[in-house]
Amino acid sequence: MNPSLVQYILHLADNSFINGHRLSEWCGHGPALEVDMALSNIALDNIGAARSFYQYAAQLEGGDKTEDYYPHWRTLREFRNVLLVELPNGDFADTIARSFFFDAYQFLFYKALTNSKDLQLAAIAEKSLKEVTYHLRFSSEWVIRLGDGTEESKERMQASIHKLWDYTGELFSASDTEKEMIDAGIATDISLLKPEWDKIISDTLEEATLSYPLRADGAWFQNGGKRGIHTEHFGFILAEVQYMQKTYPGAEW
Amino acid sequence: MRTKEDIFQLLENVSDPEVPVLTVLDLGIIRDVIIINDNEVEIVITPTYSGCPAMNTIAMNIKFELMANGIQHVRVREILSPAWTTDWMTEAGKLKLNSYGIAPPQYTTLNNPREMDAVVPCPQCHSKDTVLVSQFGSTACKALYKCNSCLEPFDYFKCH
Repeated sequence: MNPSLVQYILHLADNSFINGHRLSEWCGHGPALEVDMALSNIALDNIGAARSFYQYAAQLEGGDKTEDYYPHWRTLREFRNVLLVELPNGDFADTIARSFFFDAYQFLFYKALTNSKDLQLAAIAEKSLKEVTYHLRFSSEWVIRLGDGTEESKERMQASIHKLWDYTGELFSASDTEKEMIDAGIATDISLLKPEWDKIISDTLEEATLSYPLRADGAWFQNGGKRGIHTEHFGFILAEVQYMQKTYPGAEW
Repeated sequence: MRTKEDIFQLLENVSDPEVPVLTVLDLGIIRDVIIINDNEVEIVITPTYSGCPAMNTIAMNIKFELMANGIQHVRVREILSPAWTTDWMTEAGKLKLNSYGIAPPQYTTLNNPREMDAVVPCPQCHSKDTVLVSQFGSTACKALYKCNSCLEPFDYFKCH
């Protein structure tokens, strides 16, 4: 059992899990019924993918580890998601900007991961790619509706794009674990995804009549999630996710 | 000695908990049936959608059905590849869906038009004058449509 492989799987699981958790916070609070259902469905898809990854990790680690251990019992610094997905939902434009950036990444990421030497990861990628294609369509179409919408929707959508831009750099910067797994032919080489990702983003922003944020080459970007260094928001997520299990360990229903 | 056919017969009794007119065979989620001996069987299934909450119940129901018919050891194993597609749904299953009031997938994944262009006939009055209300419905697999002829809303089982 390779500990680096387990860490890599948990990074993928945490990305989907935290993203799904944030989206689930919209359930019952969406701006319109149709959107409420959409966000809840997308959240569920994400959590389903997270389950597949957590199950695989539990299988590799063995012992009495199950999929439930990882989201409910790990401490803050053991989570390996990118910072982008843990950001608060904010207003609808903030959520759409976050989803748009992440869904475009996930689409390209899973496409590449279907070629992984690890057959289970390739299988999870094949399954998730179908669903993420819908997610990207949903978020990119809302970027366009809001961008090419009213004065207020355009203002808010543009502001959200700018606000979250600094969190997208981490998506393409491989951690040490990722570098090891890339060399082993198991992980997606995320540094190669950036040009295609940029194209999806810029094409959509153009259709949305929004401006594309400029960043100098080599500029600093928000990072640390992959090393377990999270934002101040993460503690609140864990308080909600872990409260029941930590207060009543082993509780089931 | 139990045969695969015996087991498939039993699986006809296991329904989708969300859409009880469909059996697990209609859905196309049974990938393999492995007879180890008269008392030990392994069923290999594949999930429809990643987050589908019905899969646990389906696996349990498969176990119960086989155990109730005298097979003491039943193992249900899930595989993810090849990924499930609505192309694997049986024609009989699609007819059952329609009579139940859910429009079945209208296309195969190969000749799938843009969702907006898909023509989905109303399961109640069969009119083709229907409109997509929402890509997402009450479950991950369904979209919401409305019929302009009889004015009834209906679920559509999406091509996947």
